[in-house]
Amino acid sequence: METASAESVRKHVRVYVTVFVALMALTLITVTISTLHLQPAAAIIVALCIAALKASLVAAYFMHLISEKKLIYAALTLTVVLFLVLMVLPVSHFADRGL
Amino acid sequence: MSEAAPGAHAGVHTDHHAPPGFWRTYVFSQDHKTIGIQYAITALLFLLFGFTLMMIMRWQLAYPGQSIPFIGKFFGDANAPDGVMLPEFYNQLGAMHGTIMVFLGVVPLAVGAFGNYVMPLQIGAPDMAFPKLNMMSYWIYFVGGLTMLSSFLIPGGAAASGWTSYAPLSVIATAGQTVWLFGMICLITSSLLGSVNFITTIFQLRAKGLSFMRLPFFVWAQLVTSFLLLLAFPPLEAAGVLQLMDRLAGTSFFMPSGLVVSGQPLAYSGGGNPLLWQHLFWFLAHPEVYVLILPAMGIVAEIIANNTRKPLWGYRSMVSATVFLGFMSFVVWAHHMFLTGMGTVISSFFQATTMIISIPSIIILTALFLSLWGGSIRFTTPMLFALAFLPMFGIGGLTGLPLGLAPADIHLHDTYYVIGHFHYVVAPGTLFALFAGLYYWFPKVTGRKMNDTLGRIHFWFSFAFINGVFMPMFIQGLAGVSRRLYDGGAMYSHAQGVMHLNVFMSVCAWCLGLAQIPFIINFFWSIWKGKKVSDNYWDATTLEWSAATSPPMAHGNFATPPEVYRGPYEYSPPGSGRDFLPQNKPEEAR
Amino acid sequence: MEIPYTVEPRPDTGVYNAKLGIWLFLASEVMLFGALFSSYVLLRVGATTWPHGYEHLNIPLATVNTVVLITSSVTMVMSWASLAMKDIRKYRVYMGSTVALACVFLVIKGFEYAAKFEHGLYPSGSTFLAIYFTLTGLHGLHIIGGIIVNCYLLGPGTRMWKTDPARFTNRVEVAGLYWHFVDLVWIFLFPVLYLL
Repeated sequence: METASAESVRKHVRVYVTVFVALMALTLITVTISTLHLQPAAAIIVALCIAALKASLVAAYFMHLISEKKLIYAALTLTVVLFLVLMVLPVSHFADRGL
Repeated sequence: MSEAAPGAHAGVHTDHHAPPGFWRTYVFSQDHKTIGIQYAITALLFLLFGFTLMMIMRWQLAYPGQSIPFIGKFFGDANAPDGVMLPEFYNQLGAMHGTIMVFLGVVPLAVGAFGNYVMPLQIGAPDMAFPKLNMMSYWIYFVGGLTMLSSFLIPGGAAASGWTSYAPLSVIATAGQTVWLFGMICLITSSLLGSVNFITTIFQLRAKGLSFMRLPFFVWAQLVTSFLLLLAFPPLEAAGVLQLMDRLAGTSFFMPSGLVVSGQPLAYSGGGNPLLWQHLFWFLAHPEVYVLILPAMGIVAEIIANNTRKPLWGYRSMVSATVFLGFMSFVVWAHHMFLTGMGTVISSFFQATTMIISIPSIIILTALFLSLWGGSIRFTTPMLFALAFLPMFGIGGLTGLPLGLAPADIHLHDTYYVIGHFHYVVAPGTLFALFAGLYYWFPKVTGRKMNDTLGRIHFWFSFAFINGVFMPMFIQGLAGVSRRLYDGGAMYSHAQGVMHLNVFMSVCAWCLGLAQIPFIINFFWSIWKGKKVSDNYWDATTLEWSAATSPPMAHGNFATPPEVYRGPYEYSPPGSGRDFLPQNKPEEAR
Repeated sequence: MEIPYTVEPRPDTGVYNAKLGIWLFLASEVMLFGALFSSYVLLRVGATTWPHGYEHLNIPLATVNTVVLITSSVTMVMSWASLAMKDIRKYRVYMGSTVALACVFLVIKGFEYAAKFEHGLYPSGSTFLAIYFTLTGLHGLHIIGGIIVNCYLLGPGTRMWKTDPARFTNRVEVAGLYWHFVDLVWIFLFPVLYLL
């Protein structure tokens, strides 16, 4: 962040409170849904989508990724790509193995 | 902000006026040059130690079951009764040789030592971005190294499951494996801290005018290497934590159900997967290959440009190839696992990526070869090592292609062919480049040059004997001799035709050991008695040579911040009538 | 010659050193937890049976812990915002709450672990329990690391506010980035371990 002026920081604070409320609501939603005991596939998709939404709220607003510099974006894009490679690792293990 | 400025300056002044004491200057130093020297000395000692382990193993391979002469009685009855090496001890030596050479020798020397000492100077920085972190990297590495060494002294001895530590063997191995895991976690942490520091330094502390396409190739190599360390090491750290849990908390991450050892069912709940270890291990260990080779290529590129007195051929292609290589190295790991029951579709995918990754390596090697064309080559000692690197790495790389193809790999997997292949990459490849670097930057560090006659003796004998060690391995491997045999293949009929090569290889290995004596003498002699030389002894263009010789040891490499006006290799620039134009020489000063 | 860009951003990259450093460190942490998550998927897909989290684990306690950790993330970012508004008193309050909430998280976690051990549920019991203890344990270690850093910034580290306030604000921002990441990991661990 450029040395933020007091005024813009005050604006930030309002955003933080909003995000906090949203995070609480999403926590409540995901716990409530889990009590319904959905089909495994549906449960996984719903739970991970809500988690991803919460995580992106934290990353975007608390970690200020919504207005970061290009260099940081570039480093994180590379990381995300390699993270996805890691996620494909189990696929590469099971696909085509006849298990 | 306005209040901050005076405060910051006050801090600057106090920093400069207190001269650091002995401990801060030489032991817990935060200066990148001191830390680089610490890394270099420690890593060279580990290289010597790891090589000694191999020389001992080569006795058992050449003369299986015979008492080791002279030193056999020092290993104790638990390891070598009557001087005859036990299989368990052989396995310890093998596992520790691999671990020490890769994680405690070559990487710390290539990245920790050369990267730390040379890179900040080459980009015109006063120091690394995080000096305290730099100091921590070294000391965590040091502790990790001591941990590894200490494992030889515990009951049951050191880790003995190979440097790859495949589960489930490693999970049920003796306590040495636990020590190995703790040591590895230290080494990984050290590398992670180091790579954060390297990348930040390269991005943030480049001198004015030093754009990315003006960076010396060595800096590019260090940058990509650091990214590989940063992003590939954590999965191995994760795997190490899981294996520690398996060993200490009795979990079954890598333990399949129903495992029976020596007729006894194991007390594990099961449900784990031993191949998970292989996936996570090779997810690091393939990028690790490029961690070993890229800094070596960087060193060779610097030395070739300097000693041919012309710019590198295809600098931009080399840079793009390096970046592409770094990225691709993350998607080839399973070519180490063709024999794990992988289907044809997935094998084909990893074969394809493996063939693709050979292209950037070939681009870099070709560019280096073409750089020689038409140059007025100075055959200095560093240049001899750099020139030898090219064909040696070529052999190492090309012999890798059959291993990347599943059908050929089924025959060659885990034979001496594999050992020959990767040793050609790392020993006469990377290690020769590291020797080249030592001879090349020695005058910058000490103000004296190493003796050329001793250097040539060191080079020619090393070159001859190292090929004598590794070339016959291809023959043995093609004959099907497994890499892990304690008796060198004596009990297998298919190995009988190539068994006699063991003696030749072992004699070459011991002679290779002797050939390092001129280097050791030269190194110490030259520190005190070597010929004194000027600041820019090699007439080089890159920034480290515009700094004073053995630059001051506290965050001050340059008297004034340097400014860069041109690319890194302006040798024999046309029309200028000069042999070389340093990067920081202003244009009008022609 | 001092090391440049410790406080003000470098013009062409737009960031100060520690900002880039912490993001690189977090990138490696992503790969660390990514590898563990990937191992979890591989083991779960390969398993013949896998218990539901709610059969073994205490969802209400974990929900409280989620709320605690998210709240601590908010107080962390507020402590940075207080510094940006030059209010050191408020900073102390928010940073203090962050540390306190982190300790509450660990205490609740401790009760959870104790309850498991009482019922004879150890990591060696099943692959599910092994994953549960390893992931939450490693996350707990990260929490402890965060507490140490934040305590430093709350105690002796505050001295820098007098000598170099801009740099101190940066330090708090960097510590905050780490802390939010620890929160972010928990946001994934919670559904993966407890709810699925």
